[in-house]
Formats: sequence, C-alpha cells, structure tokens
Amino acid sequence: MGPTGTLQVVRRVITAPTVGPFIALVVTMAFFSLKTDRFFHAENFSLVLQQVMIVGVLAIGQTLVILTAGIDLSVGTVMALGQVIMTKLAVANGVPALPALLLGILVCVGFGVLHGGLVTGVRLPPFIITLGTLNIAFALTHIISNDLTFTGLPKLELFWGRTFNISGTDFTYGVVLMLVLYALAWYGLNQTAWGRHVYATGDNREAARLTGINTDRVLLSVYTLAGLSYGIAAWLLIGRTQVGDPNAGQTTENLDSITAVVLGGTSLFGGRGTIIGTLIGALIVGVFRNGLTLIGVSVIYQYLVTGILVILAVSVDQFLHRRSG
Amino acid sequence: MNSPEPILEARGLVKKYGQVVALNGADFELYPGEILAIIGDNGAGKSTLIKALSGALQPDEGEISLGGERIHFRSPRDAQRAGIETVYQDLAVAPALDIASNVFLGRETRRRGPLGSLLRLLDKRGMRREARRQFEELGIGVQSIGEAVGNLSGGQRQGVAVARAAAWARRLVIMDEPTAALGVKETGQVLDLIKRVRERGLPVILISHDMPHVFELADRIHIMRLGRRVAVVTPKTHTMPEAVAIMTGATPSELDNALTKERSAE
Repeated sequence: MGPTGTLQVVRRVITAPTVGPFIALVVTMAFFSLKTDRFFHAENFSLVLQQVMIVGVLAIGQTLVILTAGIDLSVGTVMALGQVIMTKLAVANGVPALPALLLGILVCVGFGVLHGGLVTGVRLPPFIITLGTLNIAFALTHIISNDLTFTGLPKLELFWGRTFNISGTDFTYGVVLMLVLYALAWYGLNQTAWGRHVYATGDNREAARLTGINTDRVLLSVYTLAGLSYGIAAWLLIGRTQVGDPNAGQTTENLDSITAVVLGGTSLFGGRGTIIGTLIGALIVGVFRNGLTLIGVSVIYQYLVTGILVILAVSVDQFLHRRSG
Repeated sequence: MNSPEPILEARGLVKKYGQVVALNGADFELYPGEILAIIGDNGAGKSTLIKALSGALQPDEGEISLGGERIHFRSPRDAQRAGIETVYQDLAVAPALDIASNVFLGRETRRRGPLGSLLRLLDKRGMRREARRQFEELGIGVQSIGEAVGNLSGGQRQGVAVARAAAWARRLVIMDEPTAALGVKETGQVLDLIKRVRERGLPVILISHDMPHVFELADRIHIMRLGRRVAVVTPKTHTMPEAVAIMTGATPSELDNALTKERSAE
C-alpha cells in the first residue's frame, strides 16, 4: 500500500461516522474510571450491558424510524403493553408461554403496522401519530393489567435473564440476543437493497419515489420492523425484571432510545446514520446512568443530564446538517 | 432527418389542480435520435407535461403512446420499466450513498446463488464495476466510485444523475432543468454529457430556461404556453427572440420591435 493508500485509510477512519460516538464513549468511560474505582470492573460492565439491552433493542427500531426522517415516541409504552400482555396471558389466563409471547409481540408489531399505515396512507407526521399511540398504549397497559404486577412467570418468558459465565463474569442471554439483533439490522441496512431504499427514502422521500422506489412499502416495512423490535424488547424486559410490571419501561425508555440514536450519530433529518453508532450511543447512555449512580448522583439529576445530553447531540446534528446543506 | 414515426407521442393532455389548469390539451412528439427542447414561461405547463410523460403524475385526459402503443404510467417505476429515464434538477440523488449505489438505486443487483436469492446479499463489486464502465463510456471523470455523492460538487452530482439515466434508459431520457443549479464550467460538462447521450442513439427531452443552451443543443424546440403546445420550431428556422416571443405570446408588432432591436445590436 503506497502513501496515498495509507492516507486514504487514515482519512476513512477519521471521517467514519462511528468515530465521534466511539470517542465519546471512551471519554465517558475514562471519566467514570477516574471518578470511582467501582466502575472499571468486568461485573460492572456486565451490569451496564444488562441495563443497556432493553434500550439497545428499542433503539434498533428507533434507528430505522429516524433514518426515514420519522420519530417514534411510543417505543417504551408499546413495549410495556407487550410485556403486560405476555405476562397476564401466561399467569392470569393460563395461556402457554409461547403463544402468550407471540401474542404480545404481535400486538407490538400491530402498533408498528398502524404507525406505518398512518404515515403512508393518511400522510400524518410520525410525531403526532406516535404521541397518540404513546397514550393509547399507556392506557391499554393499565386497563389490561388492572395495575397488577404479574409474578410466577413460566421459564420461557424469563429466558433472556438467564446467565452464562465467561471467565468469572456472568452475562445474560439477553445481551447476546441484542448483539445478534444489531448484526441482523446491520446486515439489512448495509448489505441489502432494502437498506439502501431506507436511506434514500429518509434522505428525500419524493426523490426516492421518482427514482422508482416504492417508498410507501419501505416506510411500512420500517415501522413494522420497529414494532417487532419493541415486542422483542418486551420479552427482554421480562427477563430483566423477572415480573410483568405495568409501570416498567414507561418513563425513561422513550427518551433514552432517541438519545441513543442521536448520540450514535444518526441525523434526525433522516438518511444519515449507522446502526453500529446506535449501539455505541446506547452504551454511552448506559455508562452515563451507571456511572452517575456509582458516584452517587440521584436519579432526578440523571434525567437532567440525559435531557441536556440529547439537546446537545441534536444541536450538533443541526449544525452539521446546515453546513452540509 | 426525422423518421415519420415518433417514438413518444401525446395527444390532448389535460391536468387540473382544482381551479388551476396546468395542461390544457397539450400535444407532444419526440422522434428517434433527436434532442427536443421544451421551453415555456413559468406556469406554462412544462413540468406538468414531463411529469405526465415520466409517470410522476397521471393526466386527467388525453393519451400517450410509446413506439406506437398506448401506455398508462401509474408511477415513475412504470415509465422506467418502459425504458424512460428522468433526470430532475436537484432531486433523485441520495447524498449519503456512494456513486455506484446511486446509479443502481431502485434496481440493485444481488449476488449469484443462495447468497443473493436467500440472504439477499448485494453484489457491491459487480455494481461498482458496471458503474465505473458507464462513467468511462460517458467520459465522466470521477475519482472514486465509492465516494458518497454528498461529497461531490454540483456538476459531478448531476453527472451521476445523467449517467444513471443513460445507463438504464432503453427508449429515451428526460432532463428537467439539468443545469439550473450549476456554475458555468459545470454546465458545460453537463451539456457535453447530454450530447454524448444523443450520440449513443437515445433521444433526449430537455427542459430548460436557458435559450443559448437550447439553441446550441436542440434539434427541435417545443414551445409551451398556457398549458398547450403553441409551436414547434428549430434553431435553423427561428431566432431566439422569435422563440421567446412565441413563448410569451408577444403580439406581431412587439416581435417586430424585438427583431429590430436585435438587428441594430448586431
């Protein structure tokens, strides 16, 4: 490789869209490592990963939606609804675990199809649609659960919380599932025609349509897959909490999933971003929450910090967008 | 020079948007191997006409035929399938994707065998090779086919759009103000490209505001006014002021004045 080749490689690496988020992650980790000696331990990393897996999986769906210049505010409540359906059916209605899980996932997919149908059919802005379904899913969660927490769940529903051991540290199967889902999303976005159509549609819907892309079908597929990711996240949530809790997953997950996507370098204007960036973004959010807890910052201040973080990240995005025209 | 049979023909096209009549019985013919320029004032119906021809919208009335056969395009995709490609002035290029991806956008090729059919894996290498060949054929210099289109200059981007159209068009290419957003040098490059597309035997429909370009490139000039075709002239039979006069609906005396002015200027 000649000097120009090396230079090109260096340029590629520096300008790669995941470099910024990666540096932010390293800086965040370095900061907390210096602040507390409880941070830099394998068990703590395992804990961060467990905390990240829910938001991480939700953020996959959120990434797809935001890549098409949309936004989904309902992620957390749709997941909570799925989780309540899965656990209530199994515990109160005696439905076997597998059909109960599938029904819960199906409901989440149904919300995705509804979002996609309204975005393409009625041409409503995703912000308003998902603000509506956020409230619908929230209400349904409490109506269906009757505000009860479901315990004594079948093994299959708790599966993703089970652990395996790598050199003395426990990892959950849920974390593995999350990584597999990221690999699948990466494959779809980068190695298939569908992925290119997602980017093109997000960049300019009308231009993509004129190019001959069936943009309605692309959008419908994106919202449907997003719904699927919320359904899978619901199953992971049960594994994490070991119960069906109607109050779980409703407060922080919506903003955290958006924060993860934006910190990961995906533009809210659509068409630009990477799924690996989102994984790094989710890790940043996880490390922040974990680190702030370890150094004794109360939960309320964590809200404050993530709120500021997401506005900062969006401001950077806005700035870059203006510059590139 | 023109063969008697038009390759693309439209009769009595009407398109209304509420009270506004964008097309009011427009006729149209394109002959094989020619560059046909469409000129007209703002609101004369140029864009609506080419959108009807490229499948981007559906006319309320009238008929279109391609190679003598009646056609009904319900989407741009239908027109593409029929061999008609369209270049828009600043649209239809996805900046986040690289050049090869843009050329193949909407018609990506997959790997052979189960990798393609089952895993739907893209044939990135094949697409890049083919895109590079297209660019060489058209004489477009691009440093890297893997470069994101967003990093290119306006002229290079338009070059990608033209190459894309030329690569896929089997019957004809439509260009809507392809140089409107470009500088002088870049405009020259795109105009050369348009000539090269014609040299390949593809007829071109060119919508432009720029009279010198129109008179330099076009074999025939289709003049629109108030949603209709009012005349078809050629650069040999008419001067620019005459064409502009027909376009704006100037009265014969105004036309005389314009011509006198031009003669005295010479």
